[in-house]
Amino acid sequence: MAHAHDIASKFVVEAYDIHKSFGDFEALKGVNLTVAPQELVFIIGPSGSGKSTMLRCCNLLEQPSRGQVKITGEEITSRGVDINEVRQRIGMVFQQFNLYPHMSALGNVSLALRKVKKMARSEAEDRAHAALKRVGLADKAGNHPTELSGGQQQRVAIARAIAMEPDVILFDEPTSALDPELVGSVLEVMRELRESGMTMVVVSHEMRFARDAADRVIFMDGGLIVEEGTPERIFTDPRSDRLKSFLHSVTGH
Amino acid sequence: MDMLDWEVIKFSFFNADSLREIYPLLLSGWGMTIKLCLAVVPLGFLFGVFLATLHSFRVPGINGFLVVFVDFFRSIPPLVLLIYVTYGLPFFGWDVPPFAAVLVAFTFNSGSYYGEIVRAGIESIPAGQMEAARSTGLSRIQAMIYVILPQALRNVAPDLTSNTIELIKATSIASVVALPELLRMGRVAQGLVYNATPLIAVAAIYLLMLWPMVRLLSRLERRMMSAR
Amino acid sequence: MERFLDQFFNLEVMARYLPDVAAGFVVTIQLALSVIVTGLLLGLLLAVIRAFQIRPVNWLIILFVDLYRALPPLVILIIFYFGLPFIGITMSAFVIAWIVLASVLAAFAEEIYWAGITSVNKGQWEAARSTGLGFTGTLFYVVIPQAIRMTIPPLTNRTIAITKNTALASVVTVEEMLTVAQTSLAYAANTSPLTMAAIGYLLIFFPLTMASRWVETRYAWKR
Repeated sequence: MAHAHDIASKFVVEAYDIHKSFGDFEALKGVNLTVAPQELVFIIGPSGSGKSTMLRCCNLLEQPSRGQVKITGEEITSRGVDINEVRQRIGMVFQQFNLYPHMSALGNVSLALRKVKKMARSEAEDRAHAALKRVGLADKAGNHPTELSGGQQQRVAIARAIAMEPDVILFDEPTSALDPELVGSVLEVMRELRESGMTMVVVSHEMRFARDAADRVIFMDGGLIVEEGTPERIFTDPRSDRLKSFLHSVTGH
Repeated sequence: MDMLDWEVIKFSFFNADSLREIYPLLLSGWGMTIKLCLAVVPLGFLFGVFLATLHSFRVPGINGFLVVFVDFFRSIPPLVLLIYVTYGLPFFGWDVPPFAAVLVAFTFNSGSYYGEIVRAGIESIPAGQMEAARSTGLSRIQAMIYVILPQALRNVAPDLTSNTIELIKATSIASVVALPELLRMGRVAQGLVYNATPLIAVAAIYLLMLWPMVRLLSRLERRMMSAR
Repeated sequence: MERFLDQFFNLEVMARYLPDVAAGFVVTIQLALSVIVTGLLLGLLLAVIRAFQIRPVNWLIILFVDLYRALPPLVILIIFYFGLPFIGITMSAFVIAWIVLASVLAAFAEEIYWAGITSVNKGQWEAARSTGLGFTGTLFYVVIPQAIRMTIPPLTNRTIAITKNTALASVVTVEEMLTVAQTSLAYAANTSPLTMAAIGYLLIFFPLTMASRWVETRYAWKR
C-alpha cells in the first residue's frame, strides 16, 4: 500500500494559514510557508516575531490553533496521524542543542534509530558512526556532551537529525547559543548538508550565511510574513520600513 | 543504684546465653524482613514512577486527582493504613494474609512518597530534552523511559535513597499485624528469655543493614551539594 | 454497598465511640506538639554545637544522628518501653514516646539545619567577620537566618512524616487516637471507630501536607 508521502508532491513542507495563540497572545496570525525539495529557506525577524513558533508548528512541537501542515503531501494536522512516524521524516536542531547528557554522542544519535526505526543495535550504531563522521566528529563517538565544546555538541545534534534520513531538517537558531569562534564549524556542516541536497528551513540571525547559502529569505514580524524573496532582493532592496529597520539594527549600518 | 550496675545491664541487654537460645528466631525474622523489602521497595518505586509519569503527561482532570491521592496517602500514618487493611477487610469475609496486607499498605504509602520525589526529578529536566526526543519520533512513553527518567532519577538519587531507608525502617510496623518479620520475632524472643537482649540484637541487625546506606546517603548529599 | 457502609461508616457506632476517639485525638495533638517543639529545638541546638567544630563532640553528634536515621522508630520505642524497666527505670508511655520521637525528629532536623548552614556561601562568613562580627555573632545574625530559609521545605516534610509516627505510640499503649480506635474496634466488632481515627489523622495531616506543597514552591532551594 502506498503511503501518502510516497505520492510525489511538489513541496516537502506546506503550511497554510497557520495561527497560534498562547493565551491572549497571538504569536502567529495566518502564515503560509512552502518549501520545495532541496530548497534552503531562511527565516529572519526580530525576537517575538513568531519565527521559531512557525518552525515548531512544522513538526507539531507546537500544535497550531488553526491551519494545515503537510509534509511531502501528507496532511499531518488532521486527526489520526501518527505524529511519531511523521517526525522521523522531519529532523530538528535546537538552539540549546538538547543533547541527552546521560548518553554518549553515539547514544544520542542512535537512540531513535533503535527505538523508533527499530534497528538492531549494530546497524543503528553503524549508521550513527556514519552520521558523526559526516559532521566531522568520528573520533568523538564515545564522548558525553559535557566533554564536548558547544560547536561539537551542536554538530552531534545535527548528526542526530541526519541519521534518521529525514525529508527536511528544521534549524531553530542553531548558532545563537555558541561562542563566536565556534559558529563557523556548525555553519560549515550546514553548508555541506545543503550541497548534498538536504531540504532545510533555518531560523537564524546569521545574515552572511543567509546571503550566500539561502535560496529564499522570509522576513517575519508580529506573527506575519512581511516580505520574502531571494537573498539578493531582501538584503539589497528591502521594501517595507520594518525590514529596513530590522536590517539596520542587525547589521548596524 | 543498681541501674548503673554493669552486671545488671549486661544481663538484661547483652545476654550471650539468651542470644544463643533465640538466634534462630531472629534469623528467620531477618529473612522475612528481607523478603518484605525485596517486594515492597520495587513495588513502591514502580508505583511512584507510574504516578509521576502520569502526572507529567498533564492529562486534564487527572492531575488534581493525583495530588489528592498522593497527599491522602502521605497524610495517613502507614500503621493506620495497615491496621485498616488487616482488621477492616476480614469483617467482609475477605481473609487478607498479613503479607499481602503489608504489601498493599506500603505500596500505596511509599508509592506516594516515591512519586513526589520522581515528579520533582522529572520537573528538574529542561523541556528541551522532551522536545528533542519527540522531534526524532520517539513517543511520549519512549522519551520518558530512555531520555527523561534516567536523568531525573539521577538528579534525585539522594532523596530516593533516603526514602528507601525510611521504607525499610517502616517495614518494622508489620510486626504489629503479626507478620513474623525481624521486630516481631525479636519480641517473641523477648517473651521467651524475659530480658531485652533480643531487642538489642534486632536493633543491631537494622544497623547492620541500614548504617551503610545512611553513610552512602550522606556522601550522595554532600556530592550533590558541591555539584551545585 | 450497604454492608460496606455498615462496616466502615456505621454512624451509630461512630456516635457511640466519638467521645473516646476525640479524647485520643487530643492526646495525639498533645504528643505531636511536644515532639515538634522539642525535636526542632534540640535539632537546632545540635547543629549550632556542631558549627563550633569540636572534633569529639561532632563525632558524638554524627553518631547520634546516624543511629536515629538507621534505626526504625518503632524499634527504639520498644527498646525504651520494654528495656528500661529491666534496669529499674520506669517512665510513662507518653513520656517515652515523646522522648523517642523528639529525638528522631532532632536527628533529622540537625542534618537539615547543618546542610543549610554549610550551604551558606563562605563569602558571607568572610564579609561578616571583616566587619568585626565574631564567630557566634556571624553564626546567629548572618548564617542561621539564611540557612533557616533554605531548610524550611525539607524540614516541613520531615516534620510531618515523623509526627505521623505518633500513631506508633499505640504499640506501647499510649492512649492516643489509634489505641482508642483499636480498642473500640474490638468492642464494637466494627471498623467504624478506625475510620474515625483515619479521618482524625486526615484532619491533622492533610492540610499540613497540602501546605507543604505551597511551602516547597515558596521557599524552593535556589539551585
